[in-house]
Amino acid sequence: MRLVRNALDRLVPSEVNGKPQVPFQGVSQHHPKGRKAAPRIPSCIDYPEDGDKLVPDLKSALRKAGIRSGMTISTHHHFRDGDLLAPQLFDACAELGLKDLVWFPSAAFPCHKPLIAHLESGVIHHIEGSLNGPLGDYCTDGRMRGLGLLRSHGGRWQAIQDGEVHIDVAVIAAPAADMFGNANGVLGPSACGSLNFALADSMYAEKVIVATDNLMPFPCVPWQIQGNNVDVVVELDRIGDPAKIVSGTTQITKSPDRLYVAELVAKFIRDSGIMRDGFSFQAGAGGTSLAFAVYLREMMKQANVKARFIRAGSNKYLVEMLEQGLTDFILDGQTFDLDGVRSMRDNPRHIATSPFTSYNFSGKGNFASQVDVAVLGATEVDTSFNANVVTHSDGRLLHGIGGWQNCLYGRCVVLALPAFRDRIPVIVDRVTTVCGPGELIDVVITERGICINPLRQDLLDAVKGKGLPVKPIEQLKAEVDRLCGKPEKARLGDKPVAAVKWVDGTVIDTIWQVLRR
Amino acid sequence: MDFAEAGRRGKDVRSDCWVRIEPKAGGVRLTLNSKVEAMFGKAIRKLIREELAFFDVKDARVTVEDSGALPFVMMARIEAAVKRLNPKEKREYLPELLDSAKQPTSRDRFRRSRLYLPGNEPKFMLNAGIHKPDAVILDLEDSVAPAVKDEALIMVRNALRQIDFMGVERMVRINQLPRGLDELDPLVAANAHMILIPKCEDPEMVRDVDARIGKAIGVRRNASGAMRPLLMPIIESCLGVFNALEIARASKNVAALTIGLEDYTADLGTQRTLEAKESFWARSRVVNAARAAGVQPIDTVFSDINDMDGLRQSVLEAKGMGYEGKGCIHPRQIETIHQAFAPADAEIERAKKIVLAYRNAEARGLGVVALGAKMIDPPVVKRALRTVDLAIRTGQLAPDWDAGAGEGAK
Repeated sequence: MRLVRNALDRLVPSEVNGKPQVPFQGVSQHHPKGRKAAPRIPSCIDYPEDGDKLVPDLKSALRKAGIRSGMTISTHHHFRDGDLLAPQLFDACAELGLKDLVWFPSAAFPCHKPLIAHLESGVIHHIEGSLNGPLGDYCTDGRMRGLGLLRSHGGRWQAIQDGEVHIDVAVIAAPAADMFGNANGVLGPSACGSLNFALADSMYAEKVIVATDNLMPFPCVPWQIQGNNVDVVVELDRIGDPAKIVSGTTQITKSPDRLYVAELVAKFIRDSGIMRDGFSFQAGAGGTSLAFAVYLREMMKQANVKARFIRAGSNKYLVEMLEQGLTDFILDGQTFDLDGVRSMRDNPRHIATSPFTSYNFSGKGNFASQVDVAVLGATEVDTSFNANVVTHSDGRLLHGIGGWQNCLYGRCVVLALPAFRDRIPVIVDRVTTVCGPGELIDVVITERGICINPLRQDLLDAVKGKGLPVKPIEQLKAEVDRLCGKPEKARLGDKPVAAVKWVDGTVIDTIWQVLRR
Repeated sequence: MDFAEAGRRGKDVRSDCWVRIEPKAGGVRLTLNSKVEAMFGKAIRKLIREELAFFDVKDARVTVEDSGALPFVMMARIEAAVKRLNPKEKREYLPELLDSAKQPTSRDRFRRSRLYLPGNEPKFMLNAGIHKPDAVILDLEDSVAPAVKDEALIMVRNALRQIDFMGVERMVRINQLPRGLDELDPLVAANAHMILIPKCEDPEMVRDVDARIGKAIGVRRNASGAMRPLLMPIIESCLGVFNALEIARASKNVAALTIGLEDYTADLGTQRTLEAKESFWARSRVVNAARAAGVQPIDTVFSDINDMDGLRQSVLEAKGMGYEGKGCIHPRQIETIHQAFAPADAEIERAKKIVLAYRNAEARGLGVVALGAKMIDPPVVKRALRTVDLAIRTGQLAPDWDAGAGEGAK
């Protein structure tokens, strides 16, 4: 494998798992060309006229879908850490004697730890998707055959649509489905919200299996997944635990320091003039980027200001804003708690969006660039405002990218962070992994001050004299270094273990093997 | 002793570490288990070895479990373990005194809010300044368990030297005397701004503290230019309430007088209630004693962090009685306290008029300040000046509010 330098001066592989790659060219420099990919033309005469596509179990479903060794299988993260499908699925694959499968999840979580056994035994060859927890360690220790490939939610749609990834079999966990394959995530005992992370898979995969724990008579409406794209339906005892959707990153923080940051973010949005009638904002996962909305809500009430829409991971607090008339719409990629699920089901102004509508680079525009302000987290930021969201400062994979890269196209991008975690500085000279180029990151807000990207003179001017603690990022870094000391470089080997894609399909950085001491 | 331990470990511990030292022949054998090994492993080993060498620990098994402790925290834990192993060890392994720690304080600064921070909990101290209380209190007394008093003193000393509290006044509550007297030297050398004397019921206690500080200053003055800390006695008993005036007058370094109601109500043989009728007389007496002695009257701590309305009411009542400050135990209480102490608009307007009249009188060399036909007495002028200062600080009044008015006075 050859390594080349990309536009951010990072060494990246020129091919990944046998497929040639384009190194990152710079923001808005790369234009994917050609035609969209498509699955083979199916014919209705090959499917039962009565619409009944039910098979008795997962193994039968996989056989019916024509599964073979070496194929690419996808699943989705609507249940986040409560997913019960992927482990069952690969157990079934193992029983069928399959080998060298590629798992293409929309995100992986600690609940997927059992899949390590299937990686070890050769059932799974490698994973293309976010890697964290035990799977992240497995990858960064250099134990996975093949390279991991990390993509944003928008990047995943782009890769499927543009033909970079051909899904042989998509398996969609559905809280409600009929025998024809119409499915949604808002009904039933496992209701989790929207199924739109699986939408591209249902359209572009060669074969589509819907697995449900809640089979209902035709028609299952709303059909977030259309049965006309579905080959097989299978009923399972359990597909997921919606109570575990609420993971650590989706709860409001209790830490006084983080709440202080959240309040500072809200003040910045107010005092910079972004908060005005008809504005829009995006709230992300991660305690602080959720909590700022609680402060902003009070400021909006005081100023009698209403938002046109909120782009979200929805939660109780945003749902309250919708119900109190503080926003006209929630455009929701993913529900983060059960209040969000209820609202999406019952409130016509709570709209399920997909990575296509929100994020896709290879599309005729998207929603992300229309958002006035996006508040996101990160693990590290450097003094050029480049940011890392996937690795820990020691080089280990920690988080998926989610919609983070896509949201960087918002009109104002704010990263809300602690300046240091325990002894680990968050403001650094050079981020361990670049996930987002600094030119797209406008503001970094920490408990020790607000740093505005010098490229955004307009924002610097807007908050001048407003009493906000604005300081140069170099000054903040010096302050943190004095407290924490200067960290050693992570001990990384020269073997790539995964690559990080930019939203346009180019490779923005490489994850290297972490050497044990 | 066969071995000594200090510090804290476990899943929920953050920004701290645990140290065990066991003397054993064969040099120093160090076992380090750190969650920041990849980034700071070398620096931590160097720190540990240098500090052990400083204390002449040459042959020992040393185990450190680190949950992301900053260097000054780890230094404090190692020193505590060394001193537990060898109680005769009197040397101090001092981190540098930051420039920000060398700023002086002043008698008259605002002390509306003071945030109590347990002296043995470094993680709460690190960012305390960002919440902008008027003061922090690094506490050695009630929030520190008896078994770890020794560790807490070293931790507080190091924190005073190494944490930038961002301009917030740095107070320390020492232990009850006589133990508290022995804690003063390192605190004075670390430029503690104010020493809180707990369970103070006799002016002699204040004089003892003052004398000990004087001695410490005398020793240190030439070496480090240490400043003399101010004193705030805490009245927490019936006897203390009776002696409040003498206590407040016991030293010219007393700058504030406060009351602690938890212990006071126990001494009184009753329960503390939200209405606080049981302590009304004591609070009245303390505020009067403070005013009589010319020091700031500061009210007790409000400890229910979930009752913001109760806190607001309690501050308004204290303010109504003449108190200028309130204690708190959680950062989220600070803003509520400041809001409740903020002067009302009518108060500010009246104060502005009095201040202008006062300046006018001064400019004309008049001995008497008059507003319209009414004479204004000096205490009223003083109070008005204070109200204007406070209004500027709270942002209710522009710092140059008198820019135009000055012309008219000429």
